[in-house]
Amino acid sequence: MKILVTVKRVEDYESKIKVKPDKSWIVTEGVNCRANPFDEIAVEEALRLRDAAMPSEVVIVSCGSAAAATEIRSALAMGADRGVLVKFDGAGPQSLDPDAAARLLQKVIEKEKPDLVLMGKQAVDDDSNVTGQLLAEYLGWGQATFASKRESLESEEEKAKKPGIAIEGGTAKVWREVDGGLERLEVALPAIVTVDLRLNVPRYASLPNIMKAKKKPIDELSPVALGVDTTAKVRVLSVEAPPARAGGQKVPDVATLVQKLKTEAKVI
Amino acid sequence: MANSILLIAEAHEGKLKKATLSALAAAREIAVRTSGNVVGLIAGHGIDGAAKELAAHGVRVLAADSAAFAHVLAETYGQLAAEAAKKTEATYVVAAATSIGKDVMPRVAARLGAGVASDVIGLSGEGATVHFRRAMWAGNAIATVEVTTPVKCVTVRATEFAAASAATGGSVEAFSFTPSAAKTKFVEFVPVKSARPELTEARAVVSGGRGTKGDFTLIEQLADELGAAVGASRAVVDAGWQPNDLQVGQTGKVVAPQLYIAIGISGAIQHLAGMKGSKTIVAINKDADAPIFQVADYGLVADLFKVVPELIAEIHKAKV
Ligand SMILES: Cc1cc2nc3c(=O)[nH]c(=O)nc-3n(C[C@H](O)[C@H](O)[C@H](O)COP(=O)(O)OP(=O)(O)OC[C@H]3O[C@@H](n4cnc5c(N)ncnc54)[C@H](O)[C@@H]3O)c2cc1C
Ligand SMILES: Nc1ncnc2c1ncn2[C@@H]1O[C@H](COP(=O)(O)O)[C@@H](O)[C@H]1O
Repeated sequence: MKILVTVKRVEDYESKIKVKPDKSWIVTEGVNCRANPFDEIAVEEALRLRDAAMPSEVVIVSCGSAAAATEIRSALAMGADRGVLVKFDGAGPQSLDPDAAARLLQKVIEKEKPDLVLMGKQAVDDDSNVTGQLLAEYLGWGQATFASKRESLESEEEKAKKPGIAIEGGTAKVWREVDGGLERLEVALPAIVTVDLRLNVPRYASLPNIMKAKKKPIDELSPVALGVDTTAKVRVLSVEAPPARAGGQKVPDVATLVQKLKTEAKVI
Repeated sequence: MANSILLIAEAHEGKLKKATLSALAAAREIAVRTSGNVVGLIAGHGIDGAAKELAAHGVRVLAADSAAFAHVLAETYGQLAAEAAKKTEATYVVAAATSIGKDVMPRVAARLGAGVASDVIGLSGEGATVHFRRAMWAGNAIATVEVTTPVKCVTVRATEFAAASAATGGSVEAFSFTPSAAKTKFVEFVPVKSARPELTEARAVVSGGRGTKGDFTLIEQLADELGAAVGASRAVVDAGWQPNDLQVGQTGKVVAPQLYIAIGISGAIQHLAGMKGSKTIVAINKDADAPIFQVADYGLVADLFKVVPELIAEIHKAKV
C-alpha cells in the first residue's frame, strides 16, 4: 500500500503570535516553525498502517518555501520513506492559499497514485479546515474528515500503537468526530482522510532514525513544472489583533462571586 | 432569479438546526448589500417540517427530500448544492460552520470554481463588495479576507450572528436531483446522549479541565443548578473522561454564552479561542497565575473540590 501524507510548515503553536504594526501579516521574525500538529498525527497513522501491511510506502509532501524541507525531514525521522517538496516562495499575504495548495497536491497525487492520502483536518496557521475536502473533490475521490479513534488516547489500543483507521477489502473504515457524536464511514480507496486530535499520539523520532532520515530522498517540484496557477482564491487583505478582554478581577470567596454574578453581571 | 444567495440549511431529527438561522442572518446581510435574494436548500429524508420552518423565515426553500440524502455524505451533498447554486445563479453559497458545513462546503466550492472563506465571524467591506473577517492562529489574529472568484462560498460561526427572525413571503418547492454514486458509505452514528442543553446553544456553560482529575460530578451538578451545558478542555477529552463532542476551543466547539465558568482549566490559547467571546467569564483555579484569569471577569483562586460545592449551594440559595 502506498500512503501519501501532507505536511504543512506552520508557526509553532507555543510561540507568541503578534500582528505587525502595518497590519499586513503577523510578525514572523523570532517565531519558531514546525510541522502542523494535525499533520504529525497523520504521519503517525500512516506509519502504523504501513507497518501493519508491508510492503508499503509512506511519502511525505509539503508545499512551501525551501525551509519546509525541515518539516519533511522531521516526518522522515519519524519513519516515513521519502519526501516531495513543491517549492513555492511566496510568504506572508503571498503564501499559498488552501485552494492553490489543494491543486498542487492534486498534481502530485496524480503522479504518485497513492492508495490513501492522510492530511490534517486543519492547519493551525490559517485555521481553514478546507484543503482535504477541496482536494477530494478535485480528484473525484471519497473523503472522511475529522478521523478519530473510538477508544481514548489512554486506552490499551493506543498503548499497543494500533491504527485507528481500518483498511479492509479496498476500503477505509473511519470513525469521525461530528457534532453530537461519532460517525462511522466506509470509503472506497483511493480516498482522502483528514485527521482529528484523538486519532493517535505521534511518536518522537529516535536518534538512529534522525540519522537515517538524512539519507532519505526528497524530490523537488515546482508549480510551473506541475502546471498549476497558484493565484489565490482567498486573499488576506489585513490582519488585526483580537479585541482584548478586560479580565483580571479576583474575588475573595464564593459568597462575593455569587453576589457579583447576581447584581453586577446579572447572569444568575 | 439572478444573483441569489444560496443557504445550505441543516435539519436534525426533522427540525431545523439553530445554527442555520445564524447562517441565514449572514446570508440576509449579504443579500441586502448585493441586492440579491436568499434561497434555501434543505436535503434529507422526511424534512418537510424543517423546510416549512425555514420558509417561515421568509425564504424560498428548495427541498431535496429523498432516501439518497438520508445521511449526509460530503460527496452527494456537494453535488446537490453545486447543482442548486447553478440553477439559482447563486453568487454566494452560505452555510453554518458546523461539522456538516465544514465537511461539505469546500466540495461545493471546488465544483463551482469558487474560493471558500471558512468559519467567518463577521462581514466587512463597502456596499456590494463583501469582505469576510475570520480568526487565524488560534484567534491570535483576526484577518479580513477577500474571495476573488465570481462565486463565493462562506461558512459562518453561528455564535457570531444572531439567529434570523421570522418573516413572511417564504415558500417550499421540491428540488429533485440524483447524485452520481458515492464512493463513501454511511455505517453508523453513535450519539452522545445528554439531557442538558446543547453546548453551542446554551445560555450558560460550565467547563471542566484536567484539574477535575476526571471526576465531573461537581461540574455536572453546577451545570444542572444553572440549567447550563457541560464543556471540557482538550486534556479531559483526550484522556477519555468526557466525549469529544464537549471539547471547547480552537479545534473543538466555539461557544459564546452569557455565562462561562471554567473550572480547573489553565487557559491555553487554544482553549481561549473557543470561549473568549462569552459575555461573562468565571474562572476557578488553584493557581493564581493561570492564564485563564487574564480573560476572566471574576476569578476565584481556590481548590475546586472545596469551593464548587459551596458555589452550588450559594447559587441555589440565590435563586430562591
Ligand atoms: C493543535 C492543538 C489544538 C488544541 N486544541 C484545543 C482545544 O480545542 N481546546 C482545548 O481546551 N485545548 C486545546 N489544545 C490543548 C491546549 O494547548 C491545552 O493543553 C489544554 O487546553 C489544557 O487543558 P487543561 O487546562 O484542562 O489542563 P492543564 O493545562 O493541565 O490545566 C489544569 C489546571 O487545573 C488547575 N487545577 C489542578 N487541580 C486543581 C484543583 N484541585 N482546583 C482548582 N484548580 C486545579 C491547575 O492549576 C491547572 O491550571 C490544543 C493543543 C494543540 C497543540
Ligand atoms: N502548503 C501545504 N503543504 C502541505 N500540506 C498542506 C498545505 N496546506 C494545507 N495542507 C494540508 O491540509 C491540511 C488542512 O489545511 P487547511 O485547510 O489550511 O486548514 C493541513 O493539515 C495539511 O495537511
